[in-house]
Amino acid sequence: MAVTHALRNGAWRVVELITTPVVPTDYLDAVAPLRNRTVLRAKIESVRPETARSASLLLRPGVGWRPHTPGQYVRLGVDVNGVRLWRSYSVTSVPGLRDGRFSVTVNEVPGGAVSTHLVRYTKPGTIVHLDLPAGDFTLGAQTPDKALFVTAGSGVTPVMGLLRGHLSSLRDVVVVHSARTGGDVVFGNDLRKLAAEGRIRLIERHTAEQGRLKPADLDDLVPDHLERDAWACGPNELLDDLEAHWAQAGATARLRTERFRPVVVGDASAGGEVTFSRTGKSVPASGAEPILDAGEAAGVLMPSGCRMGICFKCVLPLREGAVRDLRDGTVTVAEPGDDIPIQTCINAAAGPCRIEL
Amino acid sequence: MTTMQRKENNPIAHLTPEDIEQIGRELDAIRDEVIESRGERDAAYIRKVIRTQRGLELGSRAVLLFSLFPPAWILGTAGLSIAKILENMEIGHNIMHGQWDWMRDPKIHSTKWEWDNASPSEQWKHSHNELHHTYTNVVGKDNDLGYGIMRVDENQPWSPALLGQPLYNFINACFFEYGIAAYDLELGRNLKTKKRRRDPKFRAALRATRNKIGKQMLKDYVLHPALSGPSFLHTIAANATANLVRNLWTHSVIMCGHFPQGVETFERTSIEGETRGEWYLRQMLGSANISGSKAMHIMTGNLSHQIEHHLFPDLPSNRYAEIAPKIRALFEKYDLKYVTGPLPKQVGSAWAKVFRLALPDRGPATERPARKKIDPAAPKAQRWKRAEPVAAAVATAASTVTAAASTVTAAASNAAAVAAASAAVTPAKS
Repeated sequence: MAVTHALRNGAWRVVELITTPVVPTDYLDAVAPLRNRTVLRAKIESVRPETARSASLLLRPGVGWRPHTPGQYVRLGVDVNGVRLWRSYSVTSVPGLRDGRFSVTVNEVPGGAVSTHLVRYTKPGTIVHLDLPAGDFTLGAQTPDKALFVTAGSGVTPVMGLLRGHLSSLRDVVVVHSARTGGDVVFGNDLRKLAAEGRIRLIERHTAEQGRLKPADLDDLVPDHLERDAWACGPNELLDDLEAHWAQAGATARLRTERFRPVVVGDASAGGEVTFSRTGKSVPASGAEPILDAGEAAGVLMPSGCRMGICFKCVLPLREGAVRDLRDGTVTVAEPGDDIPIQTCINAAAGPCRIEL
Repeated sequence: MTTMQRKENNPIAHLTPEDIEQIGRELDAIRDEVIESRGERDAAYIRKVIRTQRGLELGSRAVLLFSLFPPAWILGTAGLSIAKILENMEIGHNIMHGQWDWMRDPKIHSTKWEWDNASPSEQWKHSHNELHHTYTNVVGKDNDLGYGIMRVDENQPWSPALLGQPLYNFINACFFEYGIAAYDLELGRNLKTKKRRRDPKFRAALRATRNKIGKQMLKDYVLHPALSGPSFLHTIAANATANLVRNLWTHSVIMCGHFPQGVETFERTSIEGETRGEWYLRQMLGSANISGSKAMHIMTGNLSHQIEHHLFPDLPSNRYAEIAPKIRALFEKYDLKYVTGPLPKQVGSAWAKVFRLALPDRGPATERPARKKIDPAAPKAQRWKRAEPVAAAVATAASTVTAAASTVTAAASNAAAVAAASAAVTPAKS
């Protein structure tokens, strides 16, 4: 084994020398993009509409994929109008499909570049980039006797992943789901079918008529909700309310939440706190001064070059937050997990941001 | 060519400082238009060029496995020469300029790209993007003016050694990739003193270049010839020829960028506190284009649109041809000289200068004024800073893009960008 391994490695080294300065997989990518061990990709095999504004994508991942645990999400890198944008989506399929296939469910966010592109314009056969599944919104080691899922809007997607993954072992399940109307319920048919079969107890809340769910409502809807192991996913206000409710009852440990974390884009002219993650320095920066200047003024050793946006010597990865191009006002936004190279000499902070240096 | 500041007929004497800022505004408007419309089409373009180049290189190298047969040798060598030229110019040069960074594809990114050339990309980006593009044609600051081995401007001092410069230039053309590597290492400067020779930074750069050259040599002169078995020697000859063709071609194109007749040079002190408008103007006057067919533009990496490239070094190369008419109209509007011509004429013009300036200047020796000191108290150049929009300028701008339109587009694009950004603030999970 060791010999064949060494031989293979040696042969690969030779191939690398033959293709220098590019790597052999750069040639291979043109014909077999899913065979690249260093870049994880997937092919979209089908796009199935769930509601008028949501769709499930079935993906076939390339080599290097690791199966997900129900409740986890994956980050997809999708080329939208020439630009690769990364977003996270919950895995909603049952684990163990053939060849590692899995699906994610995408809800169209009004004005959202990626979600709109995926729901409306994506064709089967498209190649997308991806990261390995992540997230700890999972069932955990022990299957609970009694489970409660509180969801709202697209917050139902990770819960659908959990239900599909664990339904056989879960005995007593209550799902409280809020959506604007009955037609807006993502997986409405699946959930109602499960309820009709008696596998789950489903409580639908249509907020257009009944208003938003308050934690106090749970006292009536699910009287034993505090005794249950609970998972909640939805807008931040709902989760804040639920966490406060569970904390009041001293049952914090029983509630797990999964949050949407929007990036704060500040008032363009106001700037924000710039954090350099490796050096650990934090600098307040105005919205009119290049991040390069702000960093240097605070004694951070910044790479720099032309100082006018043409040489790309000052490029650093923006890991989170928003910056604004001082030349034309373009705002670049990075969500947690992103790694977007930005030019610090012509970008100013547009809200708090974290830069890797 | 004498630096513009010492000329009797200064070509920008008719421009007021406000005119220069207005030129900056109009150029920024053209830039905004391109940025605004950048997208799918451009991404598809660069991917297609890369795919074509890789296919051509792979195909040519495959044909060269049989280079023992003359037709295969000729076909393979021609294909490989073209593939190498494409890789260096339309692909490597432009990617390393950050022209495609907006795609956020790590495979096509200025910080990740390595090119088929002796000089490591990191070093080339420093000497080219940072020094040459910022200090274009500033005598004493832009080493591209004669590459430190030639005199291409009357203001550079003459010495008897320069009598040989036509020969140096020819040798440099044949071994251009190594010339570039030596230039990026600043060998002339760094080998001068013991201290500089021993500088760990210089040693590291030297090591990186040595490694890169080693790998390049191993590929072209050992591995590929070995693969072709009985055609070993023929493949060596083919690869050497392809490298030579690429060297001669790139050298010619690059000579045409800043050396032909009509291009201006600038005094070191003239760029103190330089504004964005002034920087733009320097790029306009300091560069020269090459006219020709579409194929010709691609083979020069669109450096045939040198003027457009120097104004906007980070815009996608496929857009230079599109904005060229607008840029030319701007030159006419402000009564400036847009230097352009077919390749043979421009190459001839640049070579004529290399020959002419090998000799000392004719006529009575002119008194060289003392070199002016750079004023440390001069304001710092803020070349990134756009000129304030002026509503009153509407009347003066008739042709091309009007100032009003430019302000509106800028404002609109800002608004759109902010809107897009806030729209992009989608939940982490949506």
